[in-house]
Amino acid sequence: MSGSRTDMLKTARAEPLWPRPPLWVSALGAAALALLIAYPFIFTTSFSQHLMILILLYALMAQSWNVVAGLSGQISLGQAIFFGIGAYSSTVLFAKYGVTPWVGLMVGMLLSALAAVAIGVPTLRLRGHYFAIATLLIGSGVQIVFQRWDWVGAASGLYVPIERASPWFYLQFHTSKVPYYYLALGAVAIGYLVVWKLRRSRLGFRLQALRDEPDAAASLGIAIARHKVLAFMISAAMMSVAGTFYAQYVLVLDPERLFSAEISIIVLLMTVLGGSGTLWGPALGAAILVPLSEYSRIWFGGTGRTIDLILYGILILLVCMWRTSGILSLLEERIRRRAEMP
Amino acid sequence: MSRDLILQAVISGLLMGLIYALVAVGLTLIFGLMEIVNFAHGEFLMLAMFTAFWFWALGGLDPMLSLPLVAILLAVAGILAHFGIIRRLLKAPMLAQVCGTFGLGVALRAGAQFLWTPDFRTITNPFIAGRVQIGPIFIGQPQLISGGICLLSFAALWWFVTRTETGLGLQATAQDRQAAAVIGIPTERMFALGWAIGLGCVGIAGTMLSTFYYIFPEVGTNFALLAFVAVALGGFGSIAGSLLAGILIGLVESLGGLLLDPSYKTLIVFALYLAVVIFRPHGLFGRF
Repeated sequence: MSGSRTDMLKTARAEPLWPRPPLWVSALGAAALALLIAYPFIFTTSFSQHLMILILLYALMAQSWNVVAGLSGQISLGQAIFFGIGAYSSTVLFAKYGVTPWVGLMVGMLLSALAAVAIGVPTLRLRGHYFAIATLLIGSGVQIVFQRWDWVGAASGLYVPIERASPWFYLQFHTSKVPYYYLALGAVAIGYLVVWKLRRSRLGFRLQALRDEPDAAASLGIAIARHKVLAFMISAAMMSVAGTFYAQYVLVLDPERLFSAEISIIVLLMTVLGGSGTLWGPALGAAILVPLSEYSRIWFGGTGRTIDLILYGILILLVCMWRTSGILSLLEERIRRRAEMP
Repeated sequence: MSRDLILQAVISGLLMGLIYALVAVGLTLIFGLMEIVNFAHGEFLMLAMFTAFWFWALGGLDPMLSLPLVAILLAVAGILAHFGIIRRLLKAPMLAQVCGTFGLGVALRAGAQFLWTPDFRTITNPFIAGRVQIGPIFIGQPQLISGGICLLSFAALWWFVTRTETGLGLQATAQDRQAAAVIGIPTERMFALGWAIGLGCVGIAGTMLSTFYYIFPEVGTNFALLAFVAVALGGFGSIAGSLLAGILIGLVESLGGLLLDPSYKTLIVFALYLAVVIFRPHGLFGRF
């Protein structure tokens, strides 16, 4: 019994990232990687760098949602909680105690994981809709608390104090966006590597099993609640990293924005659009939706004109109606068909 | 804290709770029928309020007169939503159902913001305005009337669902879709009817709300959250449960705002939801 399970693990580990990628796909992947590394030297305008930083940031956030929803099958509508915790942890520690954001990053991940336990232990036993609604309400509640909490600046938020000396220590770069770009790229690389590993680990298989067949998984002795909480913790820690990064990038904390339901929604939209439960789906979703949002803001201009959200909403509705496995599966299908052609 | 103040809070909480209940009953009806949670529910409420507003602003029609029109329009929107969107989502996995209705909500909210800007609007001179005084208690007339209309709607809904053949068909479909289909109940039409009634109720609630509440694109969000709480409290699928739960939420909110801090009143209601789903997952009034 245990022997066959190890075999299954072996075959699964031997499985390539894509279903048997043809040469041109591997070449494309390598070219994309090279482009990502060289990007800030090819596109030197501030806007194009900002756009790519946002794509990377959202790719990380969407992946965090993917861990809890795509892998363990629990629809969290409160991911903004951990984004906010990450941002606040590093900024409060830095602004009030002068602690480097690197430490703040770790503290934020720890606090987010603890918050995920606190939220997850009672609520992850709930099935489906109940959990989704619970996270929606908790997210909204946390926002209310932070908007009233004087010690962290209440509704007006906090500023990250400007430090011009030793930028890498203070994680602030005032003259160029390039360091931010590589920081984001590094965070995404680590995050995606972790999820890639996770998906092929015992834990990952258990999560996918309890997502697809909770009753069967439970009868095989998988501790459902504990595994879901674990996935939620990993997801929260990833989201927290994005939060800390965002705070260091914009240098302003605004509880209205950080804890907004919009953030929780957008990470969901990106993941589902790209393909939830897949490794590259969240990145694809971010790469589609972030430029859509930024360019619609340029073309249609101004705040309050929410063309991007209209498009997001319609896109996601169409995907849910016609292609629940996301856009990535369309590409995969095409590749597979090509590969099978003589 | 005087007795009068508490009594005042009880009355206004009760009246607001009736609105919450009418919003929630649409949600519960739809869930009871096809086990789909309409995450765009608050946005339909917002649309109802704007529809009433534009009838007043452009057509000079008072909300009391446009009430049946808005209710019918929303019911039609419900039927269209069912046949255009929901029927397909029913076959999809739950993730797609949640995200689909969520996406619809996002698009509607953003669309409203695009068309009508995020400004706050009010209907300034409705037929019914001012307030009545009963002893030491003041009650806003719009609130009083809307509470009455909500109760009437509940009575009508109760009569329809329990006393008419179609209503019984609705109940049968909610209990067992396949068995209902076997004995010749057109379940597909029942689903559409559920959406029509559910959003019709939202239309009534929205119109009444528009007489004394601000009208803006984000207005539905908070009402939808409270409706989720009401539905969980009352037990998913229970009409009487959502009435009681709506009233309870209204009371908890106004008394909580009075006794504690007003800014935390929503937090108390959210805590109530968590307590209920964790300790009594079938709702306060639902049967085990």
